[in-house]
Amino acid sequence: MDAAAITVTGLHKRFGKTHALRGLDLSVGAGTVCGLLGPNGAGKTTAVRVLATLSAPTSGQASVAGYDVVRRPDEVRRRIGFTGQHAALDEGITGRQNLRLLGRLRHLGARGARQRADELLERFELADAADRLVRTYSGGMRRRLDLIASLITRPDVLFLDEPTTGLDPRSRNEVWETVRQLAEDGTTVLLTTQYLDEADHLADDIVVVDQGIVIASGHPDELKEAIGVRVEATLADAAHLETAAKILRELTGCLTTIEADELRVSVNTGGGRGVGLPRLVRELDAAGVDAVDVALRRPSLDEVFLTLTGDTTGRN
Amino acid sequence: MSAIATTVRGRRPVSDAWTLTIRVLLFYRNSPGLIGMSLGAPLVMLVMFGYVFGSAIRIPGGEDYRSYLMPGLFVLIAVNGIMASMVGAARDLERGMTDRLRTLPISRTATLLGQAVADVMVNAVIIVLMAGVGYAVGWRVHDGAAKAIGALGLLLLLRFAVVWVGFFLGMACRREEIAAQAGLLVLPVSTVSNVYVPTAGMPGWLRTIADWNPVSCATSAARSLFGDTIGAAATSPWPLAHPIEATFAWSAVLLALFMPLAVRAFSTHGR
Repeated sequence: MDAAAITVTGLHKRFGKTHALRGLDLSVGAGTVCGLLGPNGAGKTTAVRVLATLSAPTSGQASVAGYDVVRRPDEVRRRIGFTGQHAALDEGITGRQNLRLLGRLRHLGARGARQRADELLERFELADAADRLVRTYSGGMRRRLDLIASLITRPDVLFLDEPTTGLDPRSRNEVWETVRQLAEDGTTVLLTTQYLDEADHLADDIVVVDQGIVIASGHPDELKEAIGVRVEATLADAAHLETAAKILRELTGCLTTIEADELRVSVNTGGGRGVGLPRLVRELDAAGVDAVDVALRRPSLDEVFLTLTGDTTGRN
Repeated sequence: MSAIATTVRGRRPVSDAWTLTIRVLLFYRNSPGLIGMSLGAPLVMLVMFGYVFGSAIRIPGGEDYRSYLMPGLFVLIAVNGIMASMVGAARDLERGMTDRLRTLPISRTATLLGQAVADVMVNAVIIVLMAGVGYAVGWRVHDGAAKAIGALGLLLLLRFAVVWVGFFLGMACRREEIAAQAGLLVLPVSTVSNVYVPTAGMPGWLRTIADWNPVSCATSAARSLFGDTIGAAATSPWPLAHPIEATFAWSAVLLALFMPLAVRAFSTHGR
C-alpha cells in the first residue's frame, strides 16, 4: 500500500510561550510502522496528541485516515486507537470488563463487545488473567491490556505514545511482540519512543524529531548508512597501537581513535570510503601487527541519533 | 476496514452514558466494601454526635437529639460525595483515562453524565442503608412514605449537583493526591450548618453563612419532609423558611454553573 494514512504539513503547536511543534512534516504510509524518535521535550507526544484529536494545533494541517483532525475529529476518532503514556485502565474492575466497556463505547453492542474482548484476550495471551482485577496485574500485563484496549474496533491507525517506558526487558519484549502482531494485521502504527533500539526493532521508517521539527527520516538502515561503518581492531600488544592506527587512517581516510586500555584502534567511516576486512587484515599482517580481533560494526541508532542532534548530554 | 468498524456510525449519547454508568457500578460490584467505606464517615458522626456530644446537647422543643441529627447525616452523605467525585475525576485525568475516553467518538457530556448517574444510584443505596441504621437508633419517618421518598429525591438532586462541582474541582486539581487533600475542605463547609446544632445560637455573621449554606437548606428540607417537629421559626431567614425551594434553587444554580464548567474542563484538557 502506498496511500498515506497520516499526513502532516507545517504543524505548529504553542502552549503559552512554549513552542512544542515548529512546522512538523510527516507522512506515514498505510500499513507501515513509523517510529517517532526524539529526546524528552522534542514534541513527539504533542504531535501524537494532535493527531489523536486530543490537542488542537496552532497552525498547520494534519489528517488521519483521510480526515482532517480539526474539522472532522469524530471521523478520525472512529478510525484510531490511542494508547497514551500511562496505562489508561480501570484498576478496580477486571481486564475483561475493561475491554467490554470500551467495546460498548465503540458501539459493538453488548454481545459484539463480549466476543471481541474474549478474542483479543485469547490472542494476546491474557485469557488466564482476564477475570482478575487490573490492580493485581504486573506492569507488562497492564501495558499489554492497554494496547489491546485500543484495538477493540481494529483501528486503521494506532497511536502508541512511549509504549515501553518504565517496563522491564521481558515486559518490553512482550509489548514489542504485540506491536509486531498488530502491524501484521495491516494496522498503521505511529509510535513514539526515546529508545533507539525500540525504533530499530519495530519501525519500517524512523522519523527523528528534535525541538519540534523533523531532523531526519528514513529506513533504519538508511539512517545508519548516513553515519557510515565503524571498523575496530583489537591488538595483542600495546606497542602496535600507533602502527595499526596509521594503517587504518590510510585505508579509510578518516580519523582514528586509540583506546589504549582496551588495546583497541577504531575508525568511524562516516559516509566516507568503505573498507574491506580482508585488506585490513593483510595490511596489519604485513606490518607485523598481531590483531586479536578485527571487526566491522554498523553504528547503533544511538550513534546515529547523537550525530544528528549533536547533543551528547544525558544519553549514552 | 473491518466489518465491525464500518457498522459503527453516529452518536448514541444515551447508551454511551449508560455504559459509563455501568463502568462505575462495576467498581462497586467488584469491591462492595466501598459502600461500607462510604457509610463509615456518617456512622462515626452518628456515634460522635448522637452519643458523645449529643448527650449534652438540648434541642429547643425537646426533640430527641438523634432524631434531630439523622436528616443532617443524610445530607452529609450526599454532600461529602464531592470528595469521591473529585478524586475520581483527578485520577482519570492523571492516569490517562480521560484522554482515552476523549479519543472515542462519544459525546463528552454523555461521558460525564453517565458517571454522575452512577454516583447518584450508589448514593441512594447508601442513604437507604443509613436510614436503616437511623431506624435502629430511634429515628422515625413521621409524615408518610410519599414525603419520605420526596426527601430522598431531594437529597439525590443535591448529590447530582454536587457531583458536577466535584468533577470540575477534581479536574482543576489535576492530581489524585491534591484532589484528595482539597476534598477535605468540604468538611468545614458541611459543619457550618444546622446539621449538628440549630443556627440560632451562632454569632450573627456565622449564622448568616450557615443559614444560606445549601447543606442547611437541604437539612431543613429533609427534616420537614420526614415530619420532624422542628419547624421553621417565624424569624427564620428565607432559605430555612422555604427549605425545599431553597434546595431546588441551590441545586439548579450549581448545575447551571458546574455542568458546563466540568464538560469544558473535560473536553479541553491538554488542548
